[in-house]
Amino acid sequence: MTTSINTLPLKERLLSLFFEHLPSIKGQATAGVNRLREEGLAEFERQGFPHSKLENWRFSDIAPLLETDFAFNFSNQSRAFDIDKIFTCDVYDLDTFSVTLLNGWFVYKHAPLTRLENGTVIGSLAKAMELYPELIDKYLGKAAKPKNSALTALNTAFIQDGLFIYVPEGVVVEKPIQLINIVDSPTPVFLQPRHLTIAERGAKLTLVHCDHSLTHNISMTNTVVEIFAEPGAEVDHYKIQNKGKNSALFTSSYLHLEKESKIHSNIITLNGGFTRNNVDVRLNDELGHADLKGLYLVDHNQHVDNQVFIDHAAPNCFSNQLYKGILDDQARGVFSGRILVERDAQQTLAYQNNKNLLLTDEAKVNTQPHLEIYADDVKCSHGATVGQLDPDAMFYLRSRGIGEHAARQLLMLAFADEVVQKISIEALSQRIGNMVEKRLRGELSICDQCVLHCSDKGPATFNIDMSKI
Amino acid sequence: MLHIKDLSVSINGKTILKGFNLDVKPGEVHAIMGPNGTGKSTLAAVIAGREMFDVDHGEISYRGQDLLEMAPEIRAREGIFLGFQYPVEIPGVSMANFMRTALNEKRKYLGLEPLSGAEFLKLMEEKKNLVEIHSKLTNRSVNEGFSGGEKKKNEIFQMAMLEPKLAILDETDSGLDIDALKVVANGVNKLRSSENATIVITHYQRLLDYIVPDFVHVLFDGRIVKSGGKELALELESKGYEWIKKEANGVAAN
Ligand SMILES: Nc1ncnc2c1ncn2[C@@H]1O[C@H](COP(=O)(O)OP(=O)(O)O)[C@@H](O)[C@H]1O
Ligand SMILES: [Mg+2]
Repeated sequence: MTTSINTLPLKERLLSLFFEHLPSIKGQATAGVNRLREEGLAEFERQGFPHSKLENWRFSDIAPLLETDFAFNFSNQSRAFDIDKIFTCDVYDLDTFSVTLLNGWFVYKHAPLTRLENGTVIGSLAKAMELYPELIDKYLGKAAKPKNSALTALNTAFIQDGLFIYVPEGVVVEKPIQLINIVDSPTPVFLQPRHLTIAERGAKLTLVHCDHSLTHNISMTNTVVEIFAEPGAEVDHYKIQNKGKNSALFTSSYLHLEKESKIHSNIITLNGGFTRNNVDVRLNDELGHADLKGLYLVDHNQHVDNQVFIDHAAPNCFSNQLYKGILDDQARGVFSGRILVERDAQQTLAYQNNKNLLLTDEAKVNTQPHLEIYADDVKCSHGATVGQLDPDAMFYLRSRGIGEHAARQLLMLAFADEVVQKISIEALSQRIGNMVEKRLRGELSICDQCVLHCSDKGPATFNIDMSKI
Repeated sequence: MLHIKDLSVSINGKTILKGFNLDVKPGEVHAIMGPNGTGKSTLAAVIAGREMFDVDHGEISYRGQDLLEMAPEIRAREGIFLGFQYPVEIPGVSMANFMRTALNEKRKYLGLEPLSGAEFLKLMEEKKNLVEIHSKLTNRSVNEGFSGGEKKKNEIFQMAMLEPKLAILDETDSGLDIDALKVVANGVNKLRSSENATIVITHYQRLLDYIVPDFVHVLFDGRIVKSGGKELALELESKGYEWIKKEANGVAAN
């Protein structure tokens, strides 16, 4: 672990750390990746960290976070870690292929990379750069857009490890693949995991990506995810974010869809100090289908910012965005959904909806649609609502003998249900449903994440205080 | 059972009920009739505990207790049921979850054990049959996508599940065809007993052919202007409300 004692601004520190640690950062990366790295660094140097004068950062100020004296980690100290020591894995009804990243590095529970009988490869990106250089050079960095995002540029400069998944042509991976991303550090840490998923022609998989913190220490995680769906491939991507109040989690997901492919993304933010999710979709060929959902349940001073961009670059594609949030106390929500329909993208169907429930006068949400349409034969719609619980529904429930508290919970769960019920795998839908329910009851601790349960760390709960509604 | 004395109610400073009086005893069926906008639904809502109305004057006692002091859910658990004129759609809340929560909250209040899943489902089936609901109700959201008739049947179904002591049915007949009307009336009649009372709000006499009232009251401009037996409903049907309006205005002018 490198802890620098100097007081350089974070940007300058990162630039100098890059050169200082270049040999370990490069590791076994291919020449292609190292070229990307240099471009990323140059972009980051040019742009600097995002600031609130930028249009898409207007409502999310990260300047105070950047004052933190972070520690960095340029080699894998997690590989031999006995993950079972901090976790007991409780996998009952949800049977997954589960892998863990600890502080941004792959934990080698079995092997760094597993190759299943059907040819699917799941494991450490660092190792994949060594063993599958052609795949890496073909895909890594091809969907991400460092020019539009300083954080993506920064992540690209420091690409070292993360989750690599490759599903060969026609293969259906039956078990969901679960990635558990754990941050556990006594000091503030800065992490930059990089994940790459490749679904070849006609392949199918479900990826459950859980972000978890074990302590309430400050951390900044700058994640970049790239998912490639080749023609006819289907990818379900669930993200479950249950982070400590001092965590800052940035996730930029780049989804690339080829002909007749489908991606379903569902981001569920249960807790987190500062959470920003960018989802950037390119519908690159005809008949692509992108279904993007999000649910955020935040209270206290939590801040959650969802940014969606959909590029309809080809005709006959479908996209749908449904993001819903419940905000309590002084929580703050931001939603921005951009739909770009390019000139040739005739017969586009693009829908967007963002609905928010504010439980207090101090909770706040900013929601903005942006439509840019250059084709003439398209169907687009957008809607945004910000409101309170429906007083008529409240009275109806109470008039049947349901107490005020229980009535509120029923209505909040009903509100969230629209996002949760569409989860295709029954067991997963139930588990996520239960977590949402526990969260709304104020019973979910940050140690109660995914299929894991903390063994000994004291759980801290984040309650939505029903009495204040 | 229910005593309403000199009740005045307003909303946003507009007075709707003006010195309203009513006495209901166990076993009785009262019909309240009257033209649109005279305050029938307001009366029902105030009895059920809707907080948006201001009670400016008067009192309501229910089984010896001060009703106006009680939260809506307590009134319900004490046996008051309101069949809504416009039942609310609640997407995402299943009928099963809704009814089970309601029943168990009531049972808890009464010091009873919650119903088991099996007991609950059996009860649902039984009561569905009572109102001839044949669709699978359990997984449907409360009133969502229900036709007008289904919504009204659903109100009676809920009433059957909750077994109230005092049911107020607010225009449960409006929008029903004759078959649905019979089903609804039949459901209500099956639930009648010497301990229960029902207040039927309607502006057509039609329903009263099937739910025969002991008393008929005519509400006009926030007050009961005429009371009588079931023959009053027939008289209203033939003479119309103009007759009552004239009479009421005449009284006011004197
Ligand atoms: N929420 C409300 N806000 C303002 N006025 C209302 C409201 N509800 C009812 N009123 C008024 O109160 C009067 C009585 O309404 P209501 O009780 O619904 O009559 P009825 O059921 O007899 O048709 C009407 O003039 C109506 O406009
Ligand atoms: Mg009415």
